[in-house]
Amino acid sequence: MRYAYYPGCSLSGSSRECEEAIQAVMGVLGVKWTELEDWNCCGAASATGVSYLLSLALPARNLALAEQADSDLVTGCTRCYLNLIRAMHYIQHNANIRDNVNAVLAEAGVQYAGTARLRHVLDVIINDVGLDVVAERVTQPLNGLRVAAYYGCCQGMWTYAQFDSVEDPTCFDRLLAALGAEVVYYPLKTSCCGGSLSMSKRSVGANLIGDLLAAAVAAGADCIITACPLCMFNLNSFQNEAGKIKGTRFHIPVLFLAQLMGLAFGLPPKKLGLHRNVVPPDPLYRKIAAGAAASSVEAVASGPK
Amino acid sequence: MAEDKNNVKIGVYVCHCGSNIAGTVDVEELTRFAQEQTAVAVARNYKFMCSEPGQALIKKDIEELGLNRVVVASCSPRMHEPTFRHVCEDAGLNPYQLDMCNIREQCSWVHKDGATEKAKALVRAAASRAYYLEPLETRRVPVTPAVLVVGGGIAGIQAALKIADGGRKVYLVEREPSIGGHMIQLDKTFPTLDCSACITTPKMAAANAHPNIELMTYSEVVNVQGYVGNFKATIRRKPRYVDESLCTGCGVCQEKCPWKTESEFDCGLGPRKAIYTPFPQAVPNVPVIDPELCVYIQKDGKCGACLKFCERGAVDFSQTEKMVEVEVGAIIVATGYDLMDPSAISRLGYKRFPNVITSMEFERLCNATGPTGGHITVDGREPKSVAIIHCVGSRDQKYHTYCSRVCCMYALKFAHLIQEKVEDAKVYQFYIDMRCYGKGYEEFYQRAASEGITFIRGKPSQVTDLAMSEEEKGKLVVVCENTLVGRPLRVPVDTVILCPAMEARSDAKEVARLFNLSQSADGFLMERHAKLEPVATANDGVFIVGCAQGPKDIPDTVAQALAGAAEALALIDAGTVKLEAATATVSEALCHGCGRCEEICEFHAPTIVRRNGNPIPVSSINQAMCKGCGACAAACPTGAISIKHFTRQQILAELEALSGVPV
Repeated sequence: MRYAYYPGCSLSGSSRECEEAIQAVMGVLGVKWTELEDWNCCGAASATGVSYLLSLALPARNLALAEQADSDLVTGCTRCYLNLIRAMHYIQHNANIRDNVNAVLAEAGVQYAGTARLRHVLDVIINDVGLDVVAERVTQPLNGLRVAAYYGCCQGMWTYAQFDSVEDPTCFDRLLAALGAEVVYYPLKTSCCGGSLSMSKRSVGANLIGDLLAAAVAAGADCIITACPLCMFNLNSFQNEAGKIKGTRFHIPVLFLAQLMGLAFGLPPKKLGLHRNVVPPDPLYRKIAAGAAASSVEAVASGPK
Repeated sequence: MAEDKNNVKIGVYVCHCGSNIAGTVDVEELTRFAQEQTAVAVARNYKFMCSEPGQALIKKDIEELGLNRVVVASCSPRMHEPTFRHVCEDAGLNPYQLDMCNIREQCSWVHKDGATEKAKALVRAAASRAYYLEPLETRRVPVTPAVLVVGGGIAGIQAALKIADGGRKVYLVEREPSIGGHMIQLDKTFPTLDCSACITTPKMAAANAHPNIELMTYSEVVNVQGYVGNFKATIRRKPRYVDESLCTGCGVCQEKCPWKTESEFDCGLGPRKAIYTPFPQAVPNVPVIDPELCVYIQKDGKCGACLKFCERGAVDFSQTEKMVEVEVGAIIVATGYDLMDPSAISRLGYKRFPNVITSMEFERLCNATGPTGGHITVDGREPKSVAIIHCVGSRDQKYHTYCSRVCCMYALKFAHLIQEKVEDAKVYQFYIDMRCYGKGYEEFYQRAASEGITFIRGKPSQVTDLAMSEEEKGKLVVVCENTLVGRPLRVPVDTVILCPAMEARSDAKEVARLFNLSQSADGFLMERHAKLEPVATANDGVFIVGCAQGPKDIPDTVAQALAGAAEALALIDAGTVKLEAATATVSEALCHGCGRCEEICEFHAPTIVRRNGNPIPVSSINQAMCKGCGACAAACPTGAISIKHFTRQQILAELEALSGVPV
C-alpha cells in the first residue's frame, strides 16, 4: 500500500500541533508515507460559495496527483476529507461532472480517472494498521481517563465514506478503548461547533461551543477529543466567551485525537505539539500518570497466575 | 414415428398489442417477412391476438389450412402462453406445437430504432425452432386431499379454518407454545378500536376444536419433500414436558414454580415462570416447560414443584422430541414478520433510555392482561406527554426502503388510547407522510386529528436527555426539523414510542429454502405475480399468505389467508394435478452417474440409481418433480440429459437463425 499524505492548509499552518501529533503517532505505528508533491487547498468551506465546479476541481487536482503517484491519498483533516470524498464520489458516479472537472484539470495538465482512493488517517490506523497493533504500542494506558469523543458535524456528513457509520460514528470510541480510556456518553458527538461562525458571528458560534463544553463537563469528562482542526481551534479558543454566555467558567482541555494517542504511546508532550494547545492539558498528564500507576499496582496485586 | 418434415406447416401471428408493439415495430413488414420463412404457410397480424377474434383467427387457420405449428409474436410467454396453448388444443393441435416469440418486452418496449429488424430476427428464430417442435403428452397424478398450514398467527388460523370448513384435513403447525401470533399481543385494532384478543380468541378456539384441524403447537416443519399435490413434510414436535391429554390448564403449576424470567409475550416487561403458558387465553391451554430455565431439567431432578402439585399427574419429564410425518397436497406458509430491533438506530435512544419503548411494548402496556394491568406506566410513572416516532427503519435508505404500512394507523390509535387513559396527555406524532389508505382509515385519521394531537412533519434526528433549557430538564427531548415550517425543533416529552419496521423473519432464508421459495430484495417471501398471483409462488402447490409476503394490516392479512385457502382448496379438490410435460430426460447410455444434476437441481428431481446388472450408476429424474428449468442439462458433462421442448436441435436451430451462422 502506497500512501500520499495530504496535510492541507490548516494542519500545515494554524493547526501545526495536530500535524505534529499525526506525524509522531504514525511514526510509532510504522506507517510510511510521502507528502503529496505540489498539493493545493481543498477549498475548505469557502469554495462552494464561489463556484460549484471550483469546489470539485480543487480537491480533484489533489486526487489526480495521487493517482499519478499510484497511491492512496491520506488526510488527517475532517473538512479536507469531506471535500475530497465529495469530489471523488461525484466524479466516480457522474460522467458529466467527471468530464467537466477533467476539462478544468486539463488546464493544469492533470486528469482524475477516479481510481486513486481517498483514506482518512483514522481509516488507515483502524483498517490497515489495526487496533490490536495500536493496543500493543500503548506504554501509558489511559486507565481512568474519561474522554468525550467529539466527532463534529463534518464527520456526520461523510455520507459517501465506507469506514464508519455517518449517523452514529464509533471509530473514536474504538480507538480510545484500545488506548485504555473510558469514553463517556456524549449526546452531542456529531453536533456542529459553529465552524467559522466563531469569527463571523461570535455570539452564535460561542453559544454552540458552550453547549458542547457544558455537555462534556456534565458527562464528567476530563477532556474532549476531536479530529477536526477547526473544532479543535473553536473549542480551545472560545472557552471564556462561551462561559460568559452560559454563566459559568470553562477550563476543559481539548485535544486532537492523535495527541492523546501519542500520550498513550509515551511520547513527550512537546513532540505532540501539546505546548501549543490554548487550554493547557497539564491536569491530564497527572491523571494519566496516576491511572498508569494505579493499573500497575493492580497488576502487581493480582499477580501472575 | 418420425414426422415427415416436408409436411411442416407453420402459421405466424404478429400481434400489434394496440400500439405497444405496432408503435415501434412495422407489423405489416414483419408479417411479409414471416411469410417468406421456411415452412411458413401463413402469416397474419392483428390488433390484439389474445382477444376472442384474435384467438378465433388462429383456430380457423389451424382447422382450415391444416397448420401443425403456431408461432405467436407478441408478449412474454408468462401471461399468454397458456392462452395460445389452449387455442391450439381447442383446434386439435398438441399445445406444445406452439412457440411464443417475445417482441414486446424484449423488443418494442426497449428499442426505438431497429425494433422492426430485431423483431424479424426474433420471428425467424422462433419459426426455425418451431420447425423442430414435437408434441408432448401431459400427465395427471392424484392429489393428497390435505393441507399443511405453517404458522398459527391470524393468517394461518383463518386459512386453516376455511379449508377445514370446506371439509378438508388441515395440519396447523406453530412453533410457539400457543397459536395467536402477533395479533393476540395487540390491545385494540384500528380503525374500529375493537379489542384484538376478543376477536382473535374465538378463531383460536375454533381452530383448536375443529374436527378437521390437527393442531401442532411448539412444533416446527424441518423437511419437505415431494411436489404439487403430493408433499411429505416432517414436523419436529418439541417436548412440552406436559401431557396435553391429562392437563386441565388449572394453572397451579405456574403458581408454584419458583423460577422466573422475562415474558417473551410481554416483550420482556413482565415475568413468566419456567413452566408457563405465554398468556391467559393460550390455545392450547397447556403449559410448556422452558428447559433452559427449569431447575429440574438443568440440575438433575432438584425442585420438581410442578410435578408435586399437579393433581392430574400431567407433568412428564420423560417426554422427548418427536418427528411426525404428514402427507399433504398443498402447503400454506404463514410465518409472519419480525419487528425490527430499533436499538440498531442508536440515536433514537432505545435501550439507553428506559422511557423509549417500541410500539409492541406499548400494546402490552395498554392491555388489561399486560404487565401493568392496562395502566400506561413507563419507567415507573404515567407519561403526561408522549412522542410517537413513525418510520423507524421503514422508508429509510439505511435500513428498509419499504413502507411498513400499518404504523401511521396504529400511531393514531395509540394517540387516541393515551388521551383516553391519561388525563390531559399531550401526544406528538412525528411523521413523514400520513398514509391512511384503507376502508375507514382516513375517517379515523380525521377523528384522531380533531382530538388535539400535535402533528409534526419531520423525521427526528435524535432522542436525547441533554437538557438545553429549564423545561427540558428531566425529560426526553426529541430533536427534529419541522419540515413544513423549515425550522429546527426540540420537543420535551416523558415517553417516546418508536414505530419500528416490520421486517422479514430472521430465519426467512431457511424457510425459503425449506419450501423452495424465493425472497424479494426486501427479504420477504416472493409471490409468483405481484398483482395477479399474490399468494401463489414459484413452487407449485406452495402458497404464501400474510406478513411472510410483506408488511400488511389485519384486513389484508385475512384477505390473503382466505385467498390462500381458496387456492389450496381449488388445487386439492380438483383431485388430480397436471404435471409439466417439458421435463428433463436422461440417456442412460451417456450417463456416468456423476451426480452433478442431483447437486444443481433446486427441486430434488434427479437421484443417482444403480440399475440391475449395470456397474455404472445413472441419473433418474422424477418426472413429477421436474420443472424443466434446464439447470441439470446445462451442468451435465456428457450431454446425457436433454429437456423436452428445449432440445438441442430446437435451440441450435433458433441460434442459427438468430446469428446467421451455422452452429
